[in-house]
Amino acid sequence: MYRIVRKEALRPTVTLYEIEAPLVAKKAQPGQFIILRVDENGERIPITINDFDPEKGTVTIIVQTVGATTEKLSHLNEGDCLQDFVGPLGKATETEGKKKVCVVGGGVGCAIAYPVLKKFHDCGAEVHAVIGFKNKDLVILEDQFRAASSVLKVCTDDGSYGQKGLVTDALKELIEAGNQYDEVFAIGPMVMMKFVSKTTEPYGIPTTVSMSPIMIDGTGMCGGCRLSVGGEMKFACVDGPDFDGHKVDWDLAVKRNQMYQEFEKHKYEETCNLFKKEAQ
Amino acid sequence: MANMSLKKNPMPSQDPNVRNKNFDEVALGYTEEMAIDEAKRCLNCKNPKCVNGCPVNVHIPEFISKVAEGKFDEAYGVITSTNSLPAICGRVCPQENQCEGQCIRGIKGESVGIGRLERFVADYHNAHGHQGGAPAVPERNGHKVAVVGSGPAGLTCAGDLARKGYDVTVFEALHQVGGVLVYGIPEFRLPKAIVAKEVARLEHFGVKIMTDTVVGRTITVDELMDDMGFEAVFIGSGAGLPMFMNIPGVNYKGVLSANEFLTRINLMKAYLPDSDTPLIHPKKVAVVGGGNVAMDAARCAKRLGAEVYIVYRRGMEELPARREEVEHAEEEGIIFKTLCNPVEVLADENDDVKGIRCIRMELGEPDASGRRRPIEVPGSEFDVDVDCVIMALGTSPNPLIKSTTEGLEINKKGGIVVNEDGLTSREHVYAGGDAVTGAATVILAMGAGKTAARAIDEALSKK
Ligand SMILES: Cc1cc2nc3c(=O)[nH]c(=O)nc-3n(C[C@H](O)[C@H](O)[C@H](O)COP(=O)(O)OP(=O)(O)OC[C@H]3O[C@@H](n4cnc5c(N)ncnc54)[C@H](O)[C@@H]3O)c2cc1C
Ligand SMILES: Cc1cc2nc3c(=O)[nH]c(=O)nc-3n(C[C@H](O)[C@H](O)[C@H](O)COP(=O)(O)OP(=O)(O)OC[C@H]3O[C@@H](n4cnc5c(N)ncnc54)[C@H](O)[C@@H]3O)c2cc1C
Ligand code: SF4
Ligand code: SF4
Ligand code: FES
Repeated sequence: MYRIVRKEALRPTVTLYEIEAPLVAKKAQPGQFIILRVDENGERIPITINDFDPEKGTVTIIVQTVGATTEKLSHLNEGDCLQDFVGPLGKATETEGKKKVCVVGGGVGCAIAYPVLKKFHDCGAEVHAVIGFKNKDLVILEDQFRAASSVLKVCTDDGSYGQKGLVTDALKELIEAGNQYDEVFAIGPMVMMKFVSKTTEPYGIPTTVSMSPIMIDGTGMCGGCRLSVGGEMKFACVDGPDFDGHKVDWDLAVKRNQMYQEFEKHKYEETCNLFKKEAQ
Repeated sequence: MANMSLKKNPMPSQDPNVRNKNFDEVALGYTEEMAIDEAKRCLNCKNPKCVNGCPVNVHIPEFISKVAEGKFDEAYGVITSTNSLPAICGRVCPQENQCEGQCIRGIKGESVGIGRLERFVADYHNAHGHQGGAPAVPERNGHKVAVVGSGPAGLTCAGDLARKGYDVTVFEALHQVGGVLVYGIPEFRLPKAIVAKEVARLEHFGVKIMTDTVVGRTITVDELMDDMGFEAVFIGSGAGLPMFMNIPGVNYKGVLSANEFLTRINLMKAYLPDSDTPLIHPKKVAVVGGGNVAMDAARCAKRLGAEVYIVYRRGMEELPARREEVEHAEEEGIIFKTLCNPVEVLADENDDVKGIRCIRMELGEPDASGRRRPIEVPGSEFDVDVDCVIMALGTSPNPLIKSTTEGLEINKKGGIVVNEDGLTSREHVYAGGDAVTGAATVILAMGAGKTAARAIDEALSKK
């Protein structure tokens, strides 16, 4: 069992958990993820590693409540245990040898983008960052991003904070302003990563994206996480999660992630009703 | 006096039209009377051919004569002197190609029901407990061995070493122990309680089990030896990534590997209402392939209420699945479309699968495997209306351990290279089961686990 040693609500639906998992903490690298199960009947869900402390033996994750499992998770408190917590999975992000990069984060994707950004920074690269949110209330990790980047642009869809508009607009401005990036690194919702890739393509800037397809085992056994990248079949849990954004077949990836949508909607309602009943 | 009936005692089973709607075990097992009657069909041959057919050389005539005498506990002792998982083997061994395939009674009539008797003996033992209490736990000998993967290969290796007093730890990537026995083979063929019993037996002998540990990621083979003090490592990590056909449409919504479908059902129990894991409930399914995996996927889909087709490019005779599984599948109403092969998956504007285009095949000359090669019949394409396609085409080895263990030699197909003792190109690192051979059988994996356990014991006891 894996104990929650710290729980912190970053936003009403975004929560940080620090979890006791010494073996995972010892091996974790930015860009890798874990798979957790909340309880005996629980689904296995993949979550990116936000931070890790090998001395303390803990791993930090930031989770957005979107469905049944993440809802259940949000009802656990400090001192409670997770049934399963396995990792670190996937390949670490390659951060070596880059002189100047731009990291683009969207929504909770920023939680994933942050350790990557920090590693680029620690490797000595000049780091720019663009982070985008729906509105002011959803902005997370701004201070951390600011501390590790020389240029930071915060965007909101509705203009309630920072610059109004999409991350792709801000990214384009930075490129047009003459910034020569060795790499653009994008993490966030699938659609956002797709458009970041479309934005950088005409400029020929290498673009890496962190894919989040449907997963079960995360060890390369089920084939559920398959993607088409450059016309080849790839398994995100062993070959990724990072891929060349210019080669990913985006439409396919977006559609495959909707495979269980009906079930998920139903299960989410069922779970919420259950918690409501308990509360009464 | 031997029972000279030409036929095996039939296996009592759930009615096909009832069982194809539930996940309970299909075959119900012999009663004591049936077992004794069947045991009397064995001629107790001087030169028992059946034993040669068994990869772990179960002393078949000896155990069967104990059954005939009603000494079921003694029969259990005979079997387990060479086979540590009889309740499992009795259920899933392809007996027709192994022990029973060689049985002398099979020349004229049906062979002795060796598998059914083995199952009976094991179930009897599990139901009645061990006479004289639980077996003694040997004294620890101070040597530490790590086992990677908890499938039949790993479990057997761990069990054999623990019985000899080794301090064994099994590292398993998933949250549950058993490998394919728990995530692949369905409950109706191999109840999970049986696997759990075998695991409990290992724990009784002092085997430690660490789930949620991916070797190559959470910890490497080298760290196991250098940092954690394991003197030898056995790799039984199984077969790996599922293969898909290289045809248009394989990534549409509703196309999945048998591994994914079966894992959702067996490991995650997604067919039960209180499981949080999603599962598709298709109306019409095409399962592509003809092995055990294909049969299991097809029969699971049937139980979820679908109309199911097996699409296989050779004929009924060539189906590689266990004979019994094919018969059960037919009885349960699975429709076999043999001698045809998919050429394209069809979908609607949302990318949801709506059909599969197949082409008819005919059998040509035998190929390298000795089976007649299927050849396409030009212009014979036809469409089958389905909303789900399950690919059961085999697997290719998982690169995780190979890529994180320096000096581990791999063959062209990606399997780990071992010598006759199961030793790899790395000192003190052994391997066996599907990780070495590619997808094979439970009993071969067990055999490999045994061989390695013996070699590890020899190497470490010299230290
Ligand atoms: C490698 C990887 C890393 C991830 N890292 C994080 C992370 O750090 N923080 C975080 O909050 N989430 C992360 N996710 C997404 C997370 O796994 C899903 O949000 C979670 O599985 C949802 O489970 P649920 O049962 O609560 O919701 P569900 O009922 O499964 O889903 C609810 C909604 O979320 C969508 N959804 C489901 N799975 C995914 C997915 N894999 N990616 C995007 N949307 C999805 C569904 O389409 C649906 O609309 C990651 C996913 C992957 C594959
Ligand atoms: C659906 C299906 C039906 C089958 N039916 C039959 C049948 O009827 N009869 C028969 O004889 N055979 C059958 N087989 C084949 C048989 O199950 C396999 O040959 C056998 O299980 C192989 O055993 P193994 O121990 O080598 O590997 P597996 O059973 O595959 O076990 C390997 C274990 O290692 C774990 N693992 C993998 N990588 C790592 C890692 N890096 N770190 C830690 N753990 C790891 C896996 O999670 C798994 O639990 C079937 C197979 C399938 C898939
Ligand atoms: S282990 Fe398998 S092959 Fe050997 S006797 Fe038993 S059923 Fe037959
Ligand atoms: S070959 Fe058949 S009849 Fe002879 S000992 Fe074996 S099981 Fe009995
Ligand atoms: S999650 Fe199963 S193969 Fe990647």
